[in-house]
Amino acid sequence: MAEIMIPIGPQHPALKEPVNFKVFAEGEIITRLELDLSYNHRGIEKAAESRDFTRVVPLLERICGICSHSHTTNFVKGVEEAMGVTPPPRAQYIRTLIAELERLHSHMLWLGVGGHEIGFNTLLMWTWRDREDIQDTLEEMTGNRVNYGTNKVGGVRRDLTQDQIDRAHKRFDTLEERFQGYAEMATQNPTIRERFQGVGKLTREQALALGTVGPTARASGVDSDIRRDDPYCAYPDVKFQVVTEESGDVFGRTLVRVREMMESLKICRQLLADLPEGPIAAKAPRTAPKADVISRYEAPRGELVHTILTDGSDHVARLDIRTPTLANWTSVAASLPGAHLADIPVVVAAIDPCLSCTSRVTVVDIHGRKPASYSWDELRAWGIDRHAGRRRRS
Amino acid sequence: MDALSTLFYALVFPGFLFLASLALLFQYVDRKVVARVQGRIGPPLLQPLADFVKLLGKEVISPEGSDSRVLSAAPLVALAAVFAAFLLMPVLGPSPLGFTGDLPVALYLLTLPTVIMLVVGFASKSAYTSLGGARAVTLLFIYEVPFYLALLAPAIAAGSWSMGAIVEWQSANGLLVLSQPLALAVALVGLQAKLERAPFDIAEAETELIAGPWTELTGRRLAVMRLSFDAALVAGCVLVALLFLGGGALPGDPHPYWLVAVAVVLLKAFLVALVLIVVRAAFGRLRVDQFSSFGWRVLAPAAVLQVFVVLVTVGGGWP
Repeated sequence: MAEIMIPIGPQHPALKEPVNFKVFAEGEIITRLELDLSYNHRGIEKAAESRDFTRVVPLLERICGICSHSHTTNFVKGVEEAMGVTPPPRAQYIRTLIAELERLHSHMLWLGVGGHEIGFNTLLMWTWRDREDIQDTLEEMTGNRVNYGTNKVGGVRRDLTQDQIDRAHKRFDTLEERFQGYAEMATQNPTIRERFQGVGKLTREQALALGTVGPTARASGVDSDIRRDDPYCAYPDVKFQVVTEESGDVFGRTLVRVREMMESLKICRQLLADLPEGPIAAKAPRTAPKADVISRYEAPRGELVHTILTDGSDHVARLDIRTPTLANWTSVAASLPGAHLADIPVVVAAIDPCLSCTSRVTVVDIHGRKPASYSWDELRAWGIDRHAGRRRRS
Repeated sequence: MDALSTLFYALVFPGFLFLASLALLFQYVDRKVVARVQGRIGPPLLQPLADFVKLLGKEVISPEGSDSRVLSAAPLVALAAVFAAFLLMPVLGPSPLGFTGDLPVALYLLTLPTVIMLVVGFASKSAYTSLGGARAVTLLFIYEVPFYLALLAPAIAAGSWSMGAIVEWQSANGLLVLSQPLALAVALVGLQAKLERAPFDIAEAETELIAGPWTELTGRRLAVMRLSFDAALVAGCVLVALLFLGGGALPGDPHPYWLVAVAVVLLKAFLVALVLIVVRAAFGRLRVDQFSSFGWRVLAPAAVLQVFVVLVTVGGGWP
């Protein structure tokens, strides 16, 4: 059979967000893959430069609809470091608790999507039903299901009440039981085994060379977790295991996530049991002195890096956000050739891509090796030309 | 039977109208049971009918470069084939349209919708539909032979190619599900694959191929095609009920009153459908190569083994 090109995206039922793969296949076997990212550039980094430290937090919360807390925690953590402010322990515990609840609901969401990609919609419906329990807990604690609005520079904005803690404990008991069920289902359902085992294989060497992070790396036997390697917030105080698998396939990534859910639950229980008394925020100054901070954070999808430059004013001079999806993208292109067409959605979903969070624009002259910049009007004209087909996408 | 009552048989009961209603009812049960398994509420009783009527009123779109006449005709041919197959089945007692050799004809007619999916896939002129159509036929080559063998095993045992005769034979000699469980299992798997249901919904594969060959079917074309596959679910389940579960016969009464007979057949078909529905909810989708290896390593040998056993027992004069 001749090589045919199958376009996947930017609009496609398997994709929740716009991205474009040009898949070249011979029959059912993939020969190569072209990735086309960045359909959703939103200019968040630029927008962050024009807001003060108080107002930039809600903006960063909206980078991602799932790891909203990851972005704010990572940012306020970095800014606090620049300012030399230490948030009180209770604030650190609450931040960590919300972070782990976020990891829980993110991994649950992933498990459902993973099931959906192989047409196992029962798993999708079940995990998303139970995910509601976590969302309800988050809503009780913070007032919101998605953008919790918990962080501010210097601490958190809301305290926990005893009533909320009791209810959370009750929900954790049900969830633990359900997680056991999912662990069993993920390891024993024949179609999950057939479709996940040996699919999208990434060796430890490849995982390291391509710079993968998070569950994708850990499933290939890379023992890295920022929570343990560069502890922040309340992580030095809690006991947990970094889950790794050796198989490097989608099945390994599933197991890593399912077992991480158990670990997260363990962390949440410890945090609630040891929650220190005291204030929930320290007074933070309005401005930050000139500093260059790299803030690292273990988001549900892997290491999230915020590079924060401050210049003595009340806003950032430059903020660079490297999301874990960007680090993991190349592993998809590396593990797909030779696979079956049917494996594309599974392998793509296995890194748990979060596309809109990843889109950035840099203009580089590849011959002169010089960065350039566009004015707004030039950029607009460029965009109109491109969509009218007068300019080739470069 | 005079011409008028034959016409009534074909168009009203148990023919066109009755089968169409049954098809919608089975679709409702399918959706409802799967929804309950998944922890959802599921659709109301008349939802399949509402969907059907709504689709009839929707705009029909032919993709650029596609063969619009083929796309319009294909669903009707599929529908006609499935309904014709059902008319041959002895659901009220012997069918007035049945004849010696109606079993192979019914099997052939039930294969047509899959072949038509291939035609639709290629006529739609899209990468998704072509790949889906190619997959549908690839699957056909895998499950069809075991499926035929599994359904011919009862015929060999009963010594007749007529569905009515096989039902009769079972009243005298015991249900075939007891003597040929392997054939029943292969038939159920084949039926599930034929109807493109999980774990064999490989041709439709939403997350890979949008809807496979179905992608470019719109409006009444989609409505009729959907109805054909729902009717095929009914016809397939009835076929299994007739060949393995003794059709409309009651213990001690091989020819009950026709109303009782049809109720018994449908009840048995319904139980068969429930098995298919629960399987759909309990599994994800296999890949083509995985289904192929399952088909040739498990399904085909099982069917051949069953036929061999039947041949030996029949040849040996037992029972």
